Amino acid sequence: MNAETDLWTVLVIVGLTAITVLTRTLFFMSSKPWQLPHWAQRGLQYAPIAALSAVIVPEIVMTQGQFISTWQDARLFAALAGAGWFFWRKGQGQAVLGTIVAGMAVYLVLHLGFGW
Amino acid sequence: MFFKSDYFRHPEFRVGALDSLAAAPGLAAWGLMTGVAMVNSGLSTFEALLMGVIVFAGSSQLAAIPLIASGAPMWVVLATGFCVNLRFVVFSAHMRPYVMHLPLWQRLITGYLTTDLTYVLFTRRFAQHGGAPEQLHAQQAYLAGNSGVNWVAWVGCSVVGVLLARLIPGAWGLGFAGILALLGIGFSLASSPLRWVSAGVAGAAAVAAFALPFKLNILLAIAAAVAMCLMIEARHER
Repeated sequence: MNAETDLWTVLVIVGLTAITVLTRTLFFMSSKPWQLPHWAQRGLQYAPIAALSAVIVPEIVMTQGQFISTWQDARLFAALAGAGWFFWRKGQGQAVLGTIVAGMAVYLVLHLGFGW
Repeated sequence: MFFKSDYFRHPEFRVGALDSLAAAPGLAAWGLMTGVAMVNSGLSTFEALLMGVIVFAGSSQLAAIPLIASGAPMWVVLATGFCVNLRFVVFSAHMRPYVMHLPLWQRLITGYLTTDLTYVLFTRRFAQHGGAPEQLHAQQAYLAGNSGVNWVAWVGCSVVGVLLARLIPGAWGLGFAGILALLGIGFSLASSPLRWVSAGVAGAAAVAAFALPFKLNILLAIAAAVAMCLMIEARHER
């Protein structure tokens, strides 16, 4: 838990900061009016959710590079509980926070209580 | 631009700050959890503090953490962060007419500080961008108050989260909260059937291509999902 700081990770963090600035200000940079090509505008609709899903799904259904072989895995039930909360609240108010809290409540009980 | 005093004295500054404050409990919990997740994934205290303070984009931070932990190459981490952040490109196109009267360096700082929450609250209050100087000034004052409170709540709670994480045993697996947070954000982005298709294709492809080196499965999954959605879209337009 007391990991050491390494230069590579610091550079990644600086790079991610540059990405934050780039994406949040892309259309603020040039004073000439301009547009993205049509395919890129359409692609923007689908890329963020694809990126999230590509990161999330393997973190839920895989262990050490293998598809999980048992349903007794705390992560599955935590994700289901989180999803259940989100759609029960119809995504309104603090639904993302509720997703985290409901999911972690299930996760901690199964993970610490049953060792799943 | 919350440090400019003529914004600070404008009544809209207060309105913006209060709007942001109303959402602060959620933001604070989210920042706290991100701080804990960063440390639990193996970042050092310095790295986690640096990330919380300067990256200032929770979803790209949380998406980057497992990739950094698995030793993915820098360009894969940055490309993934870029894709998660692409929604901000849409926001910046929308916000453009509100900020183009400012000098470039102020536009860059304003954009950098405009998170999802600030964007949503700002465009709700100013659905039309007024062109008159006093309207533009009022809008900037609101933005300054809103993003100022937002920044303090987010960064403050990230720092507290990083420090608290030292007290919680790693075996509890609290880092999983980061994945649940991404799950919640993903659901809130799933506003059309094709976005569900995008999520489904990307998730399946990321698992199927998991054996690829350098975490390239993530980028392959994004490319496959976007290509699939564009093809379905093109077919429907005919």
